Amino acid sequence: MNLFSSKNKKIVKDPLMGENPISIHVLGICSALAITTKIDTAVVMTIAVVGVLSISNVVISLLRNNIPNKVRIIIQMSVVASLVIITDQVLKAYMYDMSKLLGVFLALIITNCIVLGRAEAFAMQNSPSKALLDGMGNGLGYGAILIAVAFFRELFGFGSIYGAQVFSDQIYMGGYENNGLMILSPGAFFILGLIVWAHRAYTNVIDKD
Amino acid sequence: MQHYVNIIINSVFIENILLIYFLGMCSFLSISKKVETSIGLGFAVIFVLSITAPANWAINEYLLADGALSWAGLDHINLDFLQFIVFISVIAAMVQLVEMLMDRFSPALYVNLGIFLPLITVNCSILGTSLFLVEREYNLIESTVFGFGSGLGFFLAIVSLATVRKRMRYSNVPPTLRGVGMAMLLTGLISMAFLGFSGISL
Repeated sequence: MNLFSSKNKKIVKDPLMGENPISIHVLGICSALAITTKIDTAVVMTIAVVGVLSISNVVISLLRNNIPNKVRIIIQMSVVASLVIITDQVLKAYMYDMSKLLGVFLALIITNCIVLGRAEAFAMQNSPSKALLDGMGNGLGYGAILIAVAFFRELFGFGSIYGAQVFSDQIYMGGYENNGLMILSPGAFFILGLIVWAHRAYTNVIDKD
Repeated sequence: MQHYVNIIINSVFIENILLIYFLGMCSFLSISKKVETSIGLGFAVIFVLSITAPANWAINEYLLADGALSWAGLDHINLDFLQFIVFISVIAAMVQLVEMLMDRFSPALYVNLGIFLPLITVNCSILGTSLFLVEREYNLIESTVFGFGSGLGFFLAIVSLATVRKRMRYSNVPPTLRGVGMAMLLTGLISMAFLGFSGISL
């Protein structure tokens, strides 16, 4: 089997655009909003989700023939919860400040619908190598939206990009002010709503509602 | 007494679990299309939160926290890294238990709330509330009150969004904005209204 066959590329590429978990399937919104006031937290969260999602997909795919159908949800959940515990302990050991910033939202990867959704919809039916690619693709698709939201919130809320100041003092002296609303929760809703709109207009997805 | 009322007001209006902390967004967006179903989900969340909050508090206090096992003579054991997996299992088990009890003793309630109960296990707001009450070091009564208040906040938010969405049917929204996109913008506006409470300190 060729790792870079067009079929495998499709597994990774689809969730990034046409099948994006956040803007098209509306999964995993909770964390997408809460930790996006700055880009660096969004990046760490993306790495954590990509890691948890790809490993949980592989583990569940390996176990898929031995999981009794009736208890599959609780088994999937324990696999995910154990992986999140490991991620949390690693963050606490090596990036303590970051783990304080992410707080309960790192733990909430457990109830992030993307992880369980992919386990249920993809990993239960496919081989480990495909499940790994699917996990990475979906994690990155999630991360792309997360970082896009964080980019706008940090730019307009703090006037910086990834911690580096963009607007010079002269602009502030000329009367420009940071938009405090962007840091608060309504800013997140507006930005994500607009990104979903833009993305759906681009991919031409229309809700029946 | 006043202290407990303050916790409720705080968790319903000032620090609404959904509009300020964004917990439980998935079911919030997908179940808010009809007012009746959103009321059903809201009640189920209040119910489950008021039970799981004290249960998880007790488990954390007597089994998991640092030195919590001292009643069993094990003073230096700290199991708090197990918090996530234990909490989520307790929630899943509690939801199952509630479902069975409801089916046995109140079939009418079961018919109305039953379909929402399995959904609730993976609702972030339930796990989030349990983690918040550990972080804020609440005691038993405070935890119960906080669980109830969070549920009430969720109820208020989801029912208000469902009512606004019902009204939106009559307006001409751009096709690609319909559904989730519009729901997000509406939630933003509701959340902005709730920010008006944020200056109040109790």
